[in-house]
Amino acid sequence: MATDAQTGSPETAAAADTFWLGKHVFKNRLIVGTGKYETFDLMREALDVSGTECITVAVRRERLYDGDGKNILDYVDLERYTLLPNTAGCYNAKDAVRTARLGREILRGLDNPGADWVKLEVLGDSKTLLPDPLGTLEATEQLVAEGFQVLCYTNDDPVTAQRLKRAGATAVMPAGSPIGSGQGVLNPNNIRICLEYLKADDPDYPVIIDAGVGTASDITFAMELGVDGILLNTGIAHARDPVKMARAMNAACEAGRLAYLAGRIPKRLYATASSPEDGVISSRPW
Amino acid sequence: MNILFNGESRAVRDEITIAELLEELTLDPRRVAVEVNLELAPRDRHGETALSEGDRLEVVTLVGGG
Repeated sequence: MATDAQTGSPETAAAADTFWLGKHVFKNRLIVGTGKYETFDLMREALDVSGTECITVAVRRERLYDGDGKNILDYVDLERYTLLPNTAGCYNAKDAVRTARLGREILRGLDNPGADWVKLEVLGDSKTLLPDPLGTLEATEQLVAEGFQVLCYTNDDPVTAQRLKRAGATAVMPAGSPIGSGQGVLNPNNIRICLEYLKADDPDYPVIIDAGVGTASDITFAMELGVDGILLNTGIAHARDPVKMARAMNAACEAGRLAYLAGRIPKRLYATASSPEDGVISSRPW
Repeated sequence: MNILFNGESRAVRDEITIAELLEELTLDPRRVAVEVNLELAPRDRHGETALSEGDRLEVVTLVGGG
């Protein structure tokens, strides 16, 4: 991170505080998913006000008899957004690698800069959607060898996180809590350790909270821990008012980032008076 | 001949190419990616890649996801 961003005014900090993610650079630190919106129009509006510059998409079989024949690509400005294809729904490394290749092939056809990367998900269990760490590591090694920038969805285990980084992952993305659960960051201490380990020799190494965000304060809290960005979907898409929530998430992300850069005061057991002790006209009762 | 198209059996004419099949199905080749027997079939070779009896095709596109 730039020194200016740490020491300047909030405005300067926000302006200078760019978000490097592999070869990509963004101003906004939210990565927003495109799934589960009631309509594509609602999705488009929510993405717009979320401020995101990077959106995730999934790779699925072409449905030849789709009722209305609408394609998400008709609702996404490819000049504005970098697409991040995922391997959601894959339960082994082999399928994840195949899906990543197919996603890259589509994005190359679209001329979108997202063709060089993938959000890797290798799931271990359909009830929790928690990752399979061994499958994730195996797929990471394979995809890195094939030239992908690999953004790894993983659990909040610092040891797995380090293994993925060593395998060449472009970013490690621990889940705050299970996908779509809305429980926020359940184990902030593990996230702190992940941050310490992953950034020890490389302060700019991107660590992103992926999954679990339920509301705006979850994002602020995660950003205050020092993560570089947030990936979320359901928290916006299934809010009662997704567009309003997208605006809240955007503001929460900026607030959390600025607070992190500003440096919070330490927590203390006892009070420290904000007004001077000297010159008080009252007497103390003890 | 029959191929397996996205998990379902489908009758197509002998030696049809991927490009021809996509055209018959009115699929925009820029919005799909094709895999034949678990191997990616690069778009720039769709015109010359003829299918064979029993080939397993996956034709995928982008959808909303997180």
